[in-house]
Amino acid sequence: MSTAIHDIGYRHYDGPRLGRSHVARSLYLYNLRAVFGLGRGVRAKLIPLALAAFMILPAAGDIAVLSFTKTPEALIDYTMYAIYLQPIIAIFLATQAPVIASRDLRFRTVPLYFSRPVETTDFVLAKFAAFVTALLALMAVPVTLLHLGFLAVRGSMVDAGAPDVPSVADQSVYYLAALAGCLLFALVLSSFALLIATYTPRRGFGVAAVMAVYLISNVVVLIVQGASISNGNYDLAGWAGLFTPFNLVDGVQARLLGGDLGVRSGAAAPAGSGPVFLLACLAVVGVSLLLLMKRFRKAGA
Amino acid sequence: MPIIATQDLTMRFPGVTALDALSFTVEPGVTGLVGANGAGKSTLIKILLGLLPPTSGGARVLEHDIAADGARIRELVGFMPEYDCLPPDVSATEFVVHLGRVSGLPATAARERAADVLRHVGLYEERYRPMGGYSTGMRQKVKLAQALVHDPRLVFLDEPTNGLDPRGRDEMLALIRRIGAEFGISVLVTSHLLGELERVCDQVVIIDGGRLLSAQSVSAYTEASGRLLVEVEDGREALERLLAEQGASVRPDGRYLVVDLAGEETYDLVRDGVADLGLALVRMEQARHHIEEVFR
Repeated sequence: MSTAIHDIGYRHYDGPRLGRSHVARSLYLYNLRAVFGLGRGVRAKLIPLALAAFMILPAAGDIAVLSFTKTPEALIDYTMYAIYLQPIIAIFLATQAPVIASRDLRFRTVPLYFSRPVETTDFVLAKFAAFVTALLALMAVPVTLLHLGFLAVRGSMVDAGAPDVPSVADQSVYYLAALAGCLLFALVLSSFALLIATYTPRRGFGVAAVMAVYLISNVVVLIVQGASISNGNYDLAGWAGLFTPFNLVDGVQARLLGGDLGVRSGAAAPAGSGPVFLLACLAVVGVSLLLLMKRFRKAGA
Repeated sequence: MPIIATQDLTMRFPGVTALDALSFTVEPGVTGLVGANGAGKSTLIKILLGLLPPTSGGARVLEHDIAADGARIRELVGFMPEYDCLPPDVSATEFVVHLGRVSGLPATAARERAADVLRHVGLYEERYRPMGGYSTGMRQKVKLAQALVHDPRLVFLDEPTNGLDPRGRDEMLALIRRIGAEFGISVLVTSHLLGELERVCDQVVIIDGGRLLSAQSVSAYTEASGRLLVEVEDGREALERLLAEQGASVRPDGRYLVVDLAGEETYDLVRDGVADLGLALVRMEQARHHIEEVFR
């Protein structure tokens, strides 16, 4: 049938062979595409794209409400957006972290990479960076939408005589702080989810394990917080936030990034605890990366 | 210039010595690495790729030292693992293009090379479908294609005929022969079946229990053995008696008579004996060794 094509002889490749940065970039793009199911069939795209749409929906709705009521209070607090929508983010973490972290382990593709000029460090950092990028987009796009909506509606709010309309400069600074918060969320949540998924190579277990750690840590911390608040011990309630991923990052938002304390419950991180929460975030990221390297180095040998 | 040279290569795992002071050289061409399962073949490949540091001893691959230049070696070689290593939800094209880029090829070149090698290994329209639906034969072809996509100078193929049916096995062996002869890429191919390697290899390295049994060219293994195989229709015993009377060293072996070659005159002796007895001569040829005899 195709003998005519078959008969073209073998051609050697004498073009350029690119170095480490090209290899790292290729790995990063491949992983980023994989998170959203690109190049992996229709079913793989369904969940991540649906979740991304769910993330945008409340922001779009809020802008609609804002343009109608013309009261600044109707605007969702930027730094709280990820907190309000954490169930959706948690589902994204649980379903998509195994795509990045455990497919190569389960299907034993890792040795195909390490038999090429690929450094373990680059291999792991490319995965991490791709997942951080995906999460950052998931959270920053709706927050950006909120801010653009605010900028568009602000004039008519002022015209309508609404009280306490924030200035463009103030609100833009707050927007940038919220973006920094999104980045920190992306870094911490990626580390935590990728690490768990790496140690549970079966996809179903990976999903369940990420969900379990998220829910159990939340429940335990909520119980501790509830008990300490009813005893009037607000400091202990705030510190308990160190032990659940979302509150951990929010401690930094509340104390270092100028997050609005009014919208946070009594369990907000205690005054002066910001640096501790930030250090804890960085420790989670650092330790996770080290363990990820160890895991993949073992799989490649 | 040898493409692989090992010197007292030793690999010990707790409780097991996988490789025991292996020293051998491999010349360009197709080389078989033979040994029973667990003989240390896969361990040897990992060491030659610079992925596993040996306990002691050393090796050079394409004139690069495995300890100092592992990364450089991995740019120049391709590796086809023994086990299944393909993600099921990705197409062969997508996968091979990606691994081409990871080997350093620019995006366009990676696409062209992937299309080329997939065609050479014999994958056509099916290369756009997810690999989860592929047969074992097709999966082996993709594994081979990813080892070739960056046009390496040497490929390590670990048990490429494993799990294939006779037709798939023949196809794979023919492909290996073409890679060595037509593509000009040296091949180190492992197998636990000597017979199939005899067909495609220029040289064979045999290891057993981590020790080197032998390393030489296939023609050296199968050189003339100094014996003559003679087959006649009816009258084998008569011919045997006649030859023995005339001083030849002769013994029966199944349908054949095996005659030790004393020189050119042995051929004449057999010819005259057959003619004198009026027998029908079916075959008279030099007996050759088989590689299997190394294990006896």
